[in-house]
Amino acid sequence: MNTTNIILIPLLPLLSFILLGLGGKRLFGDKAGWIASLAMLISFVLACGVAMNYFGDHSADAYVGKVVFSFPWLPFGNGLKINMGALVDPITSLMLFVVTFISLMVHIFSLAYMKGEERFHIYYAFLGLFTFSMLGLVISSNLFQIYIFWELVGVSSFLLIGFYYQKNAALAAAKKAFIVTRFADLGFLIGILVLSAEANTLDFQQLMINLSSPEYTSAAGEFMGISVLSWGLALVFIGAAGKSAMFPLHIWLPDAMEGPTPVSALIHAATMVVAGVFLVARLYPLYSIAEVGVQSLISSIGAFTAIFAALIACTQTDIKRVLAYSTVSQIGFMMFSLGIMSEDHLGYTASMFHLFTHAIFKALLFLAAGVIIHYVHSNEMQDMGGLAKKMPVTHIVFLLACLAIAGIPPFAGFFSKEEILLNAWNNNRPIFFIALLTSGLTAFYMFRLYFSIFWNKPHHEQGHGKKEGSWFELIPLMILGVGTVLAGFVPFGEYVSADGKPHHAPIDLQFSLGPVGIALLGILLAAWMYFKASSKPEKTAAGFGVFYKAAKHKFYIDEIWLGFTKGVLFNLIGRPAAWFDRNVIDTLVKGAGSATQSAAEGIKGMQSGKVQQYGLYFLFGIIIIVSVFLFTQGGR
Amino acid sequence: MFEYLHLMKSEAMVLLIIFILLFIKLGKGLPNDTLLSVVQLLLLCTVVVSFGFNDTGRIFNGMFLHNTLVGFQKGILALAVYIISLVCSNWFRQTEHLAEVFVLMLSALLGMFLLISADNLLMFYLSLELSSIPVAALANFDLNRRKSSEAAMKMIMNSALASGIMLFGISLIYGLTGSLDFAQIWGQVKTEPIHMMAFVFFFAAFAFKLSVVPFHLWTADVYEGAPVPVTAFLSAVSKGAVTFAMVNVLAKVFANLSGSWYVLVVGLSVVTMLVGNLFAIRQDNILRFLAFSSIAQVGFILVGVSGQNDQATVATTYFILVYVFSNLAAFGVAAVLLSEAGITRIEQLKGLYTRSPFLAWALSLGLFSLAGVPPAAGFFGKMFLLMAGASKGNYVFIGIATLNMIISLYYYLRVVRLIFTSADKDVASLQVSRPVMFGLGICIAGIIFTGVISWIYDHIQSLV
Repeated sequence: MNTTNIILIPLLPLLSFILLGLGGKRLFGDKAGWIASLAMLISFVLACGVAMNYFGDHSADAYVGKVVFSFPWLPFGNGLKINMGALVDPITSLMLFVVTFISLMVHIFSLAYMKGEERFHIYYAFLGLFTFSMLGLVISSNLFQIYIFWELVGVSSFLLIGFYYQKNAALAAAKKAFIVTRFADLGFLIGILVLSAEANTLDFQQLMINLSSPEYTSAAGEFMGISVLSWGLALVFIGAAGKSAMFPLHIWLPDAMEGPTPVSALIHAATMVVAGVFLVARLYPLYSIAEVGVQSLISSIGAFTAIFAALIACTQTDIKRVLAYSTVSQIGFMMFSLGIMSEDHLGYTASMFHLFTHAIFKALLFLAAGVIIHYVHSNEMQDMGGLAKKMPVTHIVFLLACLAIAGIPPFAGFFSKEEILLNAWNNNRPIFFIALLTSGLTAFYMFRLYFSIFWNKPHHEQGHGKKEGSWFELIPLMILGVGTVLAGFVPFGEYVSADGKPHHAPIDLQFSLGPVGIALLGILLAAWMYFKASSKPEKTAAGFGVFYKAAKHKFYIDEIWLGFTKGVLFNLIGRPAAWFDRNVIDTLVKGAGSATQSAAEGIKGMQSGKVQQYGLYFLFGIIIIVSVFLFTQGGR
Repeated sequence: MFEYLHLMKSEAMVLLIIFILLFIKLGKGLPNDTLLSVVQLLLLCTVVVSFGFNDTGRIFNGMFLHNTLVGFQKGILALAVYIISLVCSNWFRQTEHLAEVFVLMLSALLGMFLLISADNLLMFYLSLELSSIPVAALANFDLNRRKSSEAAMKMIMNSALASGIMLFGISLIYGLTGSLDFAQIWGQVKTEPIHMMAFVFFFAAFAFKLSVVPFHLWTADVYEGAPVPVTAFLSAVSKGAVTFAMVNVLAKVFANLSGSWYVLVVGLSVVTMLVGNLFAIRQDNILRFLAFSSIAQVGFILVGVSGQNDQATVATTYFILVYVFSNLAAFGVAAVLLSEAGITRIEQLKGLYTRSPFLAWALSLGLFSLAGVPPAAGFFGKMFLLMAGASKGNYVFIGIATLNMIISLYYYLRVVRLIFTSADKDVASLQVSRPVMFGLGICIAGIIFTGVISWIYDHIQSLV
């Protein structure tokens, strides 16, 4: 029963992709969205069933991972076999729920939001493909399988970001996202090769056993003073950092906002971008035995990304971009939490908890932003203002989500962020203070957004009498709003922990005073600056001077990357190669060619002397190879 | 007699088609449409015959060796020619000399069949010549294009040079070992300078046929100048056959030198990938672009070849199969675009999606597969090549190879992006005829399923 369900959960979206992709408009017309949503609904119900089944089973004293099914897929020489399988453990169950839930909400939301789109059915086909890949990723039972789905997720998100292919910016963004993450996957791929060569297996569970066994650890090799295992894990982390938009690979995420807004809610808030966090969590037992350097790499990159992105978010004016940077910042929280290892592994539970709550309220924020954007036909904050009365439902849920992300009790974000901060306080004070400051900034920029959209100046009359949005849009918002209020009360530690045993996370009220206080401070500051239209924001910005300008320009990271690729790839490698080709080799050949010129009279009619040159290259090549060869190898 | 026919069934089939074509030509002749359909049908039979009923055996005093792996490899080549006959049918239909074109193309195919079956240097040399001279003649078949005859000229000149050098190598080997038989040479090749020199001369000819840098210079000009079906033939069929032959010869004849040729293969692989990729970025002509991309792919094949074991043989065979699908998808679309809309430059691909979604997707899938993006088959092909190469433990080399995958992704995606960008002005939509659609359909199915269905890889592994 469970096995069939596990297989069906990803297969249903795949089926919807195939049906809609092949059947197209002719067969389904406007029904495409309904078919896809129905498939998603069944998937969601099944995922709930699997999760309840798994967490409801108290027969053992700890939740352990079970490989529900597994079949040899690619048998490979030297005993290395690649399986296709499904591993069910707490985080798989959690992710199955999160992915199907958010995807279902997005499916329903899009029924109205994408209505009238010419390629409506294709949009739903791509959504199905994406959901399939994401679900395949979370149930993967081995490294290779997760890599395949990892890339598939990349491909489908490429298709979705570039959905408005008529827009150049969308295509450029899709390409950028793909290449940046692909670049990071290079690390992942080499990491897989290293890990699998070390452990001689790819299956997660066997991998953990083999690599933590005393026989291995005593015989483990080293490279440049660092163990091979740590190298492998660090390389895998590069892949994770790319997908999860960690500094300095975060540049693709804000641009990816060119895609349809529900897509941003699905991919860039709740599912794909947390894949990196999920991967690190999946390999957590290995990271916990890796060298401290790898752990601090994760925690410091996470913490730096958190504050860095929060600073940028304070200066952006496009609401989707603010949300994008806020996502980057929040994922930074999850990442550094995983990196701060401790005896009780609180960081692991906290990170997964934050992943769970963040998925809900961030999806809500994006969908709400979509409704607002449709209402005012602009992404820019200055075109909004005074929408509170016009859009009551959106207003309320947006406020709830803002409170949640700011970490105000009793909303979802409070509980998860509290655990993250507590773990940091106990084990890594510098990161705790960075995180605390980031919490304040988070509250500030989220409420800057909130006040600018819903209060500030009165709204222009042009949108008068317009409907807020159809029920297909508002109902998912309400459901997610309820989730935002309730998700924090889930006794998360009971179910998800590093060792599978229930983990009781204490909520310390005294400890909470600090983070909540600083969040309130942020909100008040935002209210003072943005509740009414005034010149305060400009003055403050002017006060920060150069720093504000730098943050506004995203600290010029894009420019640095561009400079790097242009400067290094093109100028340092491409140009010299071309120059060398054009000048040195051509001259050489021409010089040598003059000798053969007379002999070439016969075939001069071909108007090109190139043939002889090619022949010369050919001979040069052989001569060089022979001499190098004899020089290096001949002595043996 | 029956044994001969049984082991040489693919060759016999190709010969039969050649004779049928000659008879038709000598007689009244047929209209191009009918003739093309007949050839396509016969080629399909060749594919079936080649893949099925394979057996192991030697004939002609052991000069000709056939086994299940060789049979499968011949099947791949026949399949590639069949696909070419489909996707380039626009060009075939318009040419005045259809029968001659196919006679030449199939002669070359016959040469390639013999080449991968050869177990003797003499046989090897003769079949290599048979596989390359007709192609040079084919390159000339756009009779009213000057570039076409230029391409043919360049091809034949360079090819002759390569043959000469190979012959020199062969004569050295014969002089040193006193034999032409692969099996007998095997034991007598030593790591001495003169043996190595013979090997390098021999290898240079392979390098030329495969357009390994620095022997690649003819490639771009010939690809651009020759008619598209010929280019497709050169880049898919010819490369495939030479790769098979090279893996075979390196293992069978020069196994004693393996420590040395490993260095050579690794070095050339790195240079070839880098040059192919960096030059591909600069191209603006579609065919030249595909030429350099295929050079980069050859560099990647060498990564697998460097593995020097059965796994390497499996990986390269599998990769060629995948490469045939991916590359012919790209060439097929390029052929349609050239004949229907006169498109030659990459910028003109702009708005292809609005003109023909089918062509746009076929080309994008082909390029994705060439770039090695999962789940397209190209990824699996490259993965296996990497794993075969990694078995030597040279991770720096593997790292460079993966880095090249990323560089190549950059320019492939640049093209994909253009395909989906809307055109500046309204352009007419493109019609795709049935055979072309069918041929591209085979490629698309191959790209999607060859990787995901593990049975294919298993099967190749069971043949080795």
